[in-house]
Amino acid sequence: MKVAISVNGTQVEAEVEDRLLLAHFVREVAGLTATNIGCDTTSCGACTVLLDGESVKSCTVLAAQADGREVTTCEGLAGSDGQWHAVQRAFRAEHGLQCGFCTPGMVMAAVSLLAENPDPTEAQVRTGLEGNLCRCTGYHNIVRSVLAAARDLQQPGGRAPAGAAEPAGEPA
Amino acid sequence: MIPAPFTYQRARTAEEAVDLAAEAGDDGKFLAGGHSLLPLMKLRFAVPEVLIDIGRLTELSYIRDEDGHIAIGALTRHHDLEHSGLLAAELPLLARAAGAVGDPQVRHRGTIGGSLVHGDAASDLPAVGLALDATLVVRGPSGSREIAMTDFFLGLFETALEPGELLTEIRVPKPGERGWSFQKFTKRAIDWAIVGVAVQGGRVALVNMGPVPARAGGVERALAAGAGPAEAAARAAEGTSPASDINASAAYREHLARVLTARALAEAASRN
Repeated sequence: MKVAISVNGTQVEAEVEDRLLLAHFVREVAGLTATNIGCDTTSCGACTVLLDGESVKSCTVLAAQADGREVTTCEGLAGSDGQWHAVQRAFRAEHGLQCGFCTPGMVMAAVSLLAENPDPTEAQVRTGLEGNLCRCTGYHNIVRSVLAAARDLQQPGGRAPAGAAEPAGEPA
Repeated sequence: MIPAPFTYQRARTAEEAVDLAAEAGDDGKFLAGGHSLLPLMKLRFAVPEVLIDIGRLTELSYIRDEDGHIAIGALTRHHDLEHSGLLAAELPLLARAAGAVGDPQVRHRGTIGGSLVHGDAASDLPAVGLALDATLVVRGPSGSREIAMTDFFLGLFETALEPGELLTEIRVPKPGERGWSFQKFTKRAIDWAIVGVAVQGGRVALVNMGPVPARAGGVERALAAGAGPAEAAARAAEGTSPASDINASAAYREHLARVLTARALAEAASRN
């Protein structure tokens, strides 16, 4: 079938198999490979993208289900001037990653979480990231990163990405 | 993993969905959020030849106060149940349980109707529907009919839905007895419950204690006869047939059912 999906603001139209998964559409049709496929069973969250602004696991969504909708991947977070999103900056500043495989999905889940709850408690961050597994960090720095990003985004004029402040200096 | 080939069709109305299902016959399946069906298709446990996408039928996504009952559209997502102010006030058991399904990404896609018609005894919402004494409204080629939740689950992944019938609405009477609780025991947050318990007033239903979602009859009868929570909870495993699997032995599940039911009854009593 023919699908037309807005990926990071760019319209991507293609004739695809009805059974094509959104994760494969993003990687192989749109050519954006930040979105990783980990478990392929809706468990690990590595393939998390935003569908109309909400986090979903793209290994369990058909491209056909995203037809006519807006998908955002990690590549789409930075501003047009190349400035990173506050969550990306916080993951760097707070060492929120080690091997990096879970990171694009973790960042997208965090962006969705903060859109729904701009000022989460630490416990809310932990439950809000339940759908994403990390085998390196033990999660502590990831949680710290998301809390730092929340603080950054709440500063006046701190809305990501355009014109946002430089990365926070010291870990919380 | 990629599902076996199928033909994708998208329904624009509930009526069209029923028509498409009639055309597809035994080869067709409805696709709502897809979070039960697509994983099964990737494993080739389900191999439908036609998928009828009903995910865009916004007419079936709502939560309404209709005097004596709450009406919930079958395509209402777990996320919307979790954050509904109306449910928080009238059916907090459902809001709480929906917020415990899977993880945020799953709750952004999965629907209450999809969860119920999937008929998995390890899923949370079938037990919640039983504890709430819900009624299901289904639509088929020859019109609509209602099915009581207690008549809906017939066997392992088997429901009273006839081929081609579409679940459209879940009707839940406003509870007379307000005390409620939802208990779920998992190894990881995103897992299915090893055992779960849903309580609303004197109705108690169990998650994953047999092949079919079911009420805990022994507990309910004990409560009705005036037994206290501890005495009633001791009967939680009566009449159940839990599986032994990689997560737990049957005996451990029976133990958990008693423990979680005791906690649930105590919590429900504290909310009366």
